[in-house]
Amino acid sequence: MEQIWNVFRREVGAYFNSPVAYVVVVLFLVITGALFWLSYFQEVNLLSMRSFFAQAPLFLTFFAPAMTMGLIASEKRSGTLELMMTMPISDFQIVAGKFLAAVFLLAVVFGMTLMYPLTLSQLAGTFGTTLDWGATAAGYIGLMLLGSTYAAIGIMASSFTRDQVVAILLAFSIGFFLYLIDRLVGQPTGAAAKVVEYVSTASHFENIARGVLDIRDVVYYLSVIGFCLVAAQASISSRRW
Amino acid sequence: MATDSTSASISVEGLTKLYGPFQALNGIDFSVQPGEIVGFLGPNGAGKSTTMKILTCFMSATQGEASVAGYDVREDSEKVRARIGYLPENVPLYDEMLVYDYLEFIARVRGIEKSKRRDAIKRAALMAGLEAVISRSISELSKGYRQRVGLAQAIIHEPEVVILDEPTTGLDPNQIVEIRDLIKTIGEEKTVLFSTHIMQEVAAVCDRVIIINKGTIVADDTVDTLAARIASEKPGLLVTVPSGAMTTTQLARELARVSGVKVVHQEHGAAGEHTARVELSKNPEVVKKAIFGLAASGGLPLKRIGPFEPSLEEIFRTLTGGSTEEDIASSPGASEEE
Repeated sequence: MEQIWNVFRREVGAYFNSPVAYVVVVLFLVITGALFWLSYFQEVNLLSMRSFFAQAPLFLTFFAPAMTMGLIASEKRSGTLELMMTMPISDFQIVAGKFLAAVFLLAVVFGMTLMYPLTLSQLAGTFGTTLDWGATAAGYIGLMLLGSTYAAIGIMASSFTRDQVVAILLAFSIGFFLYLIDRLVGQPTGAAAKVVEYVSTASHFENIARGVLDIRDVVYYLSVIGFCLVAAQASISSRRW
Repeated sequence: MATDSTSASISVEGLTKLYGPFQALNGIDFSVQPGEIVGFLGPNGAGKSTTMKILTCFMSATQGEASVAGYDVREDSEKVRARIGYLPENVPLYDEMLVYDYLEFIARVRGIEKSKRRDAIKRAALMAGLEAVISRSISELSKGYRQRVGLAQAIIHEPEVVILDEPTTGLDPNQIVEIRDLIKTIGEEKTVLFSTHIMQEVAAVCDRVIIINKGTIVADDTVDTLAARIASEKPGLLVTVPSGAMTTTQLARELARVSGVKVVHQEHGAAGEHTARVELSKNPEVVKKAIFGLAASGGLPLKRIGPFEPSLEEIFRTLTGGSTEEDIASSPGASEEE
């Protein structure tokens, strides 16, 4: 546990000592903020976060891999991973610490978007209504689960290569595919429909964003995260076999 | 060579490593006793880094046994890793960190208790001579200082065994001397295995040298013993004449006529001199007399004559079959180690 914390601390420090964190945070806020307020002004009377929760997942498929692309790939290239792997720390602790650092950065980004619901809630007061905070909280939980899943996919991709560009392309392709699969596959029926719906990251997110926090959706995200982190660990451990 | 694996700091038996079809290590055996400083010498691509990566548990061997500080690298990897300090080739460091923060991170990962952490960092930084740059960013450091940070990192937890992969590569002569002194200091308390392709380095720092070539150990002895061995394998005389008196071709021709002279090689002599190394088929004393006779008859303006003592390069070239770095680097498969 302490070793995971050590890696986490270092990675968070590295994020905020390099332009990566700032570029990701600013771009994500600019894009989602612009879209959010544009759609707000189109439907002035809609005091809900629905448009934000509809748009953010799409951008996460790109921004989460951007945060994670260098986590392992750049350490492979520079050789620092080799040094870490000769210290008394397990490969899983290295991977887990890096994953949690990416999750932390996502939490910071989402934390900054809290100004949208806060503003909406002020506006709601002037209209004499209230913002549905329950649905908003559910949406944020969904975003964290979805973002963490993409981060885990990104770390897995980063562990397969020493090239950050390859890592982000691979992670983005996997994430984008999983996000769009239920939209791309026409009108599947029967078992195929079930599979497509189950595999799609978006369909699980929509359930949660509607305010239905079903354990099956949570299990889906946690199992994808678990699978990706174990794959990342196996990938860096394979040198020892 | 008998290896006492229970007390040895490093013990390697029949270690073999294949990269696909390329055999990087060909069943090597050696051991290093506690407190020894051992130089691991060989041309690039000979298998030095591969051996070190196996000893530090970064990579597994295809076959064979290796133990460090009394623990098997395969079975007790975590125990081995807790007892070694390692500086990989090219000194990988986290560039965006400050020197102090980096050492603190390593101290944490190395499990040094909070109360002792500050002292450990201070001790390692002082030993490696990092006082002046302790609050600088690693990305701003010169190559020499980077190397020092890498060494500080390797000794911060006072490991039993320190493994350094080419710690002086790419440094200027002053820095090389400083790093060598540092290695000697580290070696006063710990077992040190370090690799290099520079023979002088081994002579300057080590108790013993292990020479490896193409995945096989070709020598494992003290530098002096090796020099004596080469001298006896390749008896010879060095003959020097003033360069004004005759050309090198004339010198070679004159010497070749002396009975007992097998081959004449040109050597790089001092300015104003020509020097030839003579390989002998007869007793050196007899040939020496014959050359004196030639000099006395005016056939040779002899300045100096003496036994050939192999230089460090000569020892290295002889043991590694004359393969220079360039030969090795261009041979197929050799780059797979990098």
